[in-house]
Amino acid sequence: MLDLLSGFVQELRNAGLPVSLTENLDAMEAVQHIPLEDREAFKYALGATLVKNSAHWRSFETVFEVYFSLRGPQYKINEESQDAVDEMWREMQEQLQQQGDGRGSSGGMDSLTPEEIAQILMRALLNGDQALMRALAKQAVQRFAGMEPGRPVGGTYYLYRTLRNLDLEGMLDKLMEASKQEVGGELTQLEERLERDEYQSRIEEFKKEIEAEIRRRLVADRGAEAMAKTLRKPLPEDVEFMHASRDEMQLLKKSLYPLTRKLAARLARKRKHGRRGPLDFRNTVRHSLSYGGVPADPRFKYPRPAKPELMVVADISGSVAAFARFTLMLVYAIQNQFSKVRSFVFIDGIDEVTEFFKGTEDITEAIHRVNTEADVVWVDGHSDYGHAFEVFWERYGKDVGPKTTVLLLGDARNNYHASQAWVVKEIRSKARHVYWLNPEPRSYWNTGDSIVGEYGKFTDGTYECRNLRQLESFVEKLA
Amino acid sequence: MPHRFDSVQQVRDGLRNVNYLADDGIAGVAYLADRLAKPVLVEGPAGTGKTQLAKSIAELTGARLIRLQCYEGLDESKALYEWNYKKQLLRIQADRNSDSWSEIHDDIFSREFLLTRPLLEAISAPDPVVLLIDEVDRVEVETEALLLEILSEYQVSIPELGTITATQIPMVFLTSNNTRELSEALKRRCLYLHVDYPTMEREKEIVLAKVSGITDHLADQVARIVRSIRQLDLKKAPSVSETLDWARTLMLLNADSIDAQTAKETLHVLLKYQTDIAKAAKELSVDLA
Repeated sequence: MLDLLSGFVQELRNAGLPVSLTENLDAMEAVQHIPLEDREAFKYALGATLVKNSAHWRSFETVFEVYFSLRGPQYKINEESQDAVDEMWREMQEQLQQQGDGRGSSGGMDSLTPEEIAQILMRALLNGDQALMRALAKQAVQRFAGMEPGRPVGGTYYLYRTLRNLDLEGMLDKLMEASKQEVGGELTQLEERLERDEYQSRIEEFKKEIEAEIRRRLVADRGAEAMAKTLRKPLPEDVEFMHASRDEMQLLKKSLYPLTRKLAARLARKRKHGRRGPLDFRNTVRHSLSYGGVPADPRFKYPRPAKPELMVVADISGSVAAFARFTLMLVYAIQNQFSKVRSFVFIDGIDEVTEFFKGTEDITEAIHRVNTEADVVWVDGHSDYGHAFEVFWERYGKDVGPKTTVLLLGDARNNYHASQAWVVKEIRSKARHVYWLNPEPRSYWNTGDSIVGEYGKFTDGTYECRNLRQLESFVEKLA
Repeated sequence: MPHRFDSVQQVRDGLRNVNYLADDGIAGVAYLADRLAKPVLVEGPAGTGKTQLAKSIAELTGARLIRLQCYEGLDESKALYEWNYKKQLLRIQADRNSDSWSEIHDDIFSREFLLTRPLLEAISAPDPVVLLIDEVDRVEVETEALLLEILSEYQVSIPELGTITATQIPMVFLTSNNTRELSEALKRRCLYLHVDYPTMEREKEIVLAKVSGITDHLADQVARIVRSIRQLDLKKAPSVSETLDWARTLMLLNADSIDAQTAKETLHVLLKYQTDIAKAAKELSVDLA
């Protein structure tokens, strides 16, 4: 048990979770107080002692599933619980026969045709029968995934193969049909929507069962350490903008909101903290009362320092679009920390998009409009920083003043066009600060058609911004 | 020191009896907090029953609840203890001639002149207490350090008096709305519990338990609609307390089921931003116009 736990903690650290020595000891003590056969309690005991950040919970869960996947009675692979499943199956069959559409096959689950499996699955989903769903997930994986011991293929491949055979997308429509028949009559739109959500969540549950089943089998085949390594996922704040998958994008989006709240709170605090304004006479007199009228504890008013003005100029061509989107979202989410925010986007032409963000609380919607409505293509829709900057200077250069901070976002991959770096130099001479944020790893800078160095020498700093963590620390510095 | 709970199940049932429906995680962590004598840091979105958990545990164990509401600018004179200056001054002035200075000095720094604030009170209380430190993320990072001694050693050091150690170890709950990252030192001393929005089944049970007279059918509908709304991309997803408000509103309107019309008229109880209301209405095909 001790070995297992230390291996587990080691793997958590490998996945990037900070686990201190005391927390490790706490976990060891905690598991002594709970019944080991209760898997859920075990999981929460470890979670409560080892994971202190809700964003890390997902990573913890993955590691936990891998390490303890083969423990606990209902999770065994070799079918001791086969009897129960068989019995359930027989019951099902009787029901089917009563309804007149069952065939009289008397074998266990193994003898089912794919159509029958689909039919049973539909029934299970319709009734929300969890035990049956779990049994079916096992059956489906065994039958469709075609897993062979020692085959060096990832879990996603097996998942794909299993799901392809089950056609879960079609299932949703069938389920909706079936429930309509059951009610007998039309549903209102509201009811239909609710039904759909219900079935959707059941199907998601079923998918999770299948994933878990595949994982269990893989762990049994290869061992926990090897599996943990292949399943290791970066924490949300470490996901790179440029290479995020769709799921990771969702995750990033989700973690952006709490992050902006934290950032705003921290900035507001930082602004007040450590600085003293003029004497607050009323407050000082009030506090002097506890010292017998001696003003021993002078009180000061909070200062209200000026907020910076911000101009964001972002490249939104394909390669760096995600990065630009996140930076814009972040900046607008904390826009009350700045006196004014203006934003411009470009590919080879440039357009101001400040309007899209005005008067709307829905940043996602505004970003969507930026992507679809902004006029950013001039010739061919390949990044041309030089031309974009030139036009920027021509049209908006007069608005750059001594209070303005200008943010330039992009990878500076200029497709070998003229750089027009003099614009950056001009901006620098008029603005308070000019910063360049580059989503590429530093080692790629100035390779190929990247000319970030050429612009960089005229800015107050070029920063690598590959993930949320780096972006956050930069924005904090900015305000 | 005897334990308060015998098993996770007991915690769960006990909480149910005081109308708090805990899931496995919540009950398990509460049980561990008692066993390991460690504070619990409860984090999660607003309105998911973090504060209520501490209140319910207090009710369940028959303990007194001592609450420290955190805010920016909270300092030790509000959280731990404060010397009662006025009384000290009076004491010095009362018999100016009789006592020698050393006598007065010993006298005015005695317990009589100490004003206990919530943290010290929780430690020195002879009866069982539950200490709730609410919204701990609102205090500055430096102030957090005030809490460390009490959280790990259950004691308070007062320079003039010495160290006051707890007569009984209270159950401690800290809640945080996650507006900033708490310090590692604080987190390390606590068990961590993340309370999220409940599953649909649990939410339905909560509605049934908290709203008297509601029908099973209506509670089910409420829970389903709230789940669908939470899946949307909103500025502020409805919290459990807002769900309850909504259910109560529907009860007052004598609605026995929710149709598009009632949903439209009462959506503002659930959502507090105009854009959110519009979006939810559109998604649920409720015509707002």
